[in-house]
Amino acid sequence: MQTSNLIIALLLMSALAYYLGYQRSQGFARQLGGVRNLHSLPTYYGMRVALWCGLPSVLLLFICLAFEESIISKILLSGIPDEIRPASIAEYNLLMNKIENLASGALSAEGVKPALLDAAATLAYLRDMSQRLLTGLALLVAGAGGLWGWWRMSAQLRARQQVEKIFKGFLLLCASLAIFTTLGILLSVIFESVRFFQQVPISEFLFGLEWSPQTAIRPDQVGGSGSFGAVPLFLGTMLISLIAMTVAVPAGLMSAIYLAEYAGSKVRSFVKPALEILAGVPTVVYGYFAALTVAPFIRETGTSIGLSVTSESALAAGLVMGIMIIPFISSLADDVINAVPQTMRDGSLALGATHSETIKQVIIPAALPGIVGGVLLAVSRAIGETMIVVMAAGLAANLTANPLDTVTTVTVQIVTLLVGDQEFDSAKTLSAFALGLMLFLVTLGLNFIALRVVKKYREQYE
Amino acid sequence: MSKPVNATSQRIRETLAQRYRAEKRFRLYGVVAILFGLLCVATLFVDIIGKGHGAFRQTYVQLSVNYEADVLGIGDIDDAQQLALANFSGLVKKSLRSRFGDVSGRKEKRQLYRLVSNSAEYDLADRLKANHQLLGQSEKIWVLADDDVDTYFKSLNSADGPFVGRTNEKQQQWIQSLVDEGQIELRFNSDFFTSGDSREPEQAGIGGAIVGSLLTLFITLALSFPIGVAAAVYLEEFAPQNRWTDFIEVNINNLAAVPSIIFGLLGLAIFINFFHVPRSVPIIGGLVLAVMTLPTIIITSRAAIKAVPPSIREAGIGIGASPVQVVLHHVLPLALPGMLTGTIIGMAQALGETAPLLMIGMVAFIVDVPGGFSDPATVLPVQIFLWADSPERAFVEKTSAAIMVLLAFLITMNTFAVVLRKRLERRW
Repeated sequence: MQTSNLIIALLLMSALAYYLGYQRSQGFARQLGGVRNLHSLPTYYGMRVALWCGLPSVLLLFICLAFEESIISKILLSGIPDEIRPASIAEYNLLMNKIENLASGALSAEGVKPALLDAAATLAYLRDMSQRLLTGLALLVAGAGGLWGWWRMSAQLRARQQVEKIFKGFLLLCASLAIFTTLGILLSVIFESVRFFQQVPISEFLFGLEWSPQTAIRPDQVGGSGSFGAVPLFLGTMLISLIAMTVAVPAGLMSAIYLAEYAGSKVRSFVKPALEILAGVPTVVYGYFAALTVAPFIRETGTSIGLSVTSESALAAGLVMGIMIIPFISSLADDVINAVPQTMRDGSLALGATHSETIKQVIIPAALPGIVGGVLLAVSRAIGETMIVVMAAGLAANLTANPLDTVTTVTVQIVTLLVGDQEFDSAKTLSAFALGLMLFLVTLGLNFIALRVVKKYREQYE
Repeated sequence: MSKPVNATSQRIRETLAQRYRAEKRFRLYGVVAILFGLLCVATLFVDIIGKGHGAFRQTYVQLSVNYEADVLGIGDIDDAQQLALANFSGLVKKSLRSRFGDVSGRKEKRQLYRLVSNSAEYDLADRLKANHQLLGQSEKIWVLADDDVDTYFKSLNSADGPFVGRTNEKQQQWIQSLVDEGQIELRFNSDFFTSGDSREPEQAGIGGAIVGSLLTLFITLALSFPIGVAAAVYLEEFAPQNRWTDFIEVNINNLAAVPSIIFGLLGLAIFINFFHVPRSVPIIGGLVLAVMTLPTIIITSRAAIKAVPPSIREAGIGIGASPVQVVLHHVLPLALPGMLTGTIIGMAQALGETAPLLMIGMVAFIVDVPGGFSDPATVLPVQIFLWADSPERAFVEKTSAAIMVLLAFLITMNTFAVVLRKRLERRW
């Protein structure tokens, strides 16, 4: 049976189990003289039987499906004669693909080694076998579980507690997914990064000044040794983030101050959503805007005043990224400014300070931790921003601080290295994961500090 | 004793004007900052609408076609094989040659044939297959013009003069003669919304990408809404005060701020390389986006649950309901509007996301509209990214139009979320 059909069958069986459990509890109730003599409501008895039927079988199904492929390929590989046994991961993938295509009929059997044909036949047989085995096993477990749950019913059974326990377990599992996600991210980047650092020393990666990840495909190729010094990427990322922050921090902060302290409710109710639009625009749109409108504009302006500007200048990408971050900073700053108690404003105004003096000397110092936290979060967003720089910044890893020049960033390199063909045994592909690890650690650190600062500040005035 | 007071008030009086000027300046900075922000919004929209509005209309050219059996090479019209192999491209070329008599030489002929899109021959084939009587007859039909012709024709009346692009003088003369005869016109481009991607800009559409986006979003919603709500319920209602709970909370808050590209790495290393989920399909895209939007949904759902007053829970417990029953029967229904709002905002975020999808193979060039969750697909933002990279001038228009459609979707979703919140949210 196909997996989707099998799942539907299991669901139907659970529904049947629910009905039978419900009916049986009603039977108990009739004997005892009413539902109130049962320990739980009849629906709980039904649900309990349904869970006994569905839960073990679905769990079994998922565990089997997760390991099915790797077990099949292990068996397949052990049956392959030594002369075509793959030596590397790349060869292994190639071989597996070939066998796969032979088995599905996408590749014609003509002129293929008989050993491979055998393997293809084995693969088809194993697939068929495992499908049948799985169907039988899952249905058996479902039936047995349902029967057990049905048989063990009695009027005193604490059905509600049992069902609620499973429900709470499910809730805990869902909440813990956040931890598994973080773990998954860490494992995926660390595992591949370690393999990368086995090929390229970590000191070269962190302090090397040259980045050209093109490695030679053949050993006799010229000029393709590949160098993995990531300093130009780090500097490029910092340069673009710096430009973005010089645009976003003053604009975001001043608009937040104006909206919170000066603007009337009418202006506020119009301007705030209008600025929020900027936060809702997808980054790919900003990238397009940066590449096709802002970059040519800066280039023309620069040329007309006699500056040489590349068409993929850091300035264009940084500027547009800054625009993207304005609403982010302004809404965070708005929150913290509004959290400053009114009494502090009143006290300052009563002493004769003007409104702007109150803001500059009382409100901003009071709100500073929150503002700093918000700015840190914004920096982490700027560092991790991908689409704008992929579309508007270049690929050339120049070591420069000139905003009119082309620089490249960590995220641009990750995307370029991982889009298209990936070879998980070459330093080129693996280096993307090392960059990902750096990116993750830096943003994690920034977020952690920022969230701490913001939280502490909130507690101060609550 | 009165002297220092006087000196102070003296100083205040002297500096008052300056202080008021500073006040005015400060206010002005605020106004400038806001105007800058609004200007950015306006520029962005004007720029994109200005570039993209043209793509909703496409240039069509009228051809008079004579379905000659010997040009087509069809002996027996009822033979499906003959019909499939028939030379419709020759038919298009012949009609073009007979429309413009003055064509000589191979080079010029090639330029002439380039006036109409290569989809014209498929149109003719479809017409003949639908109606066998047409063989030997002639008729006038409108066919799609080539993208260069389209760009040139659309810019004919623009202020900076026509955009010539790759069209040469001879082609421009032909187009002029078509204009004079009324045989070229702009029509509403319904294909743009229904067809998939194409290397030919005039045939490219966002239908495939929209369907891909919908399929992907469906998976995302199906995974992230129940899981997110369950996690929020656990953390707000059942979680004990212990380290594990604190650890979960720290993780959720951090994940909400992790760059989206990292989730692409997760999808590539864990889902594709470890669990062997196929690439480029809505399933893997939906999985990655679900993981990405989970923190947003959890955080907003928690806020919604927190807003339900404790008296409701106490009343429920008081009349004998179990804590689980209280949550399922009372707290969740009351918190649902807030949760839905958060979910819609999370979905809007997922709909606009591009970066993680690049890493899991959703950048493939896919012509067919996907028919299911395991068909290769691309999504709307990725389609925009792909078109933005294309060198053809006509794709600029298409990209901007696709952006307009994407923004329309996002604005609708966000407005819906706001309306939902205003309508259904209860304040206690």
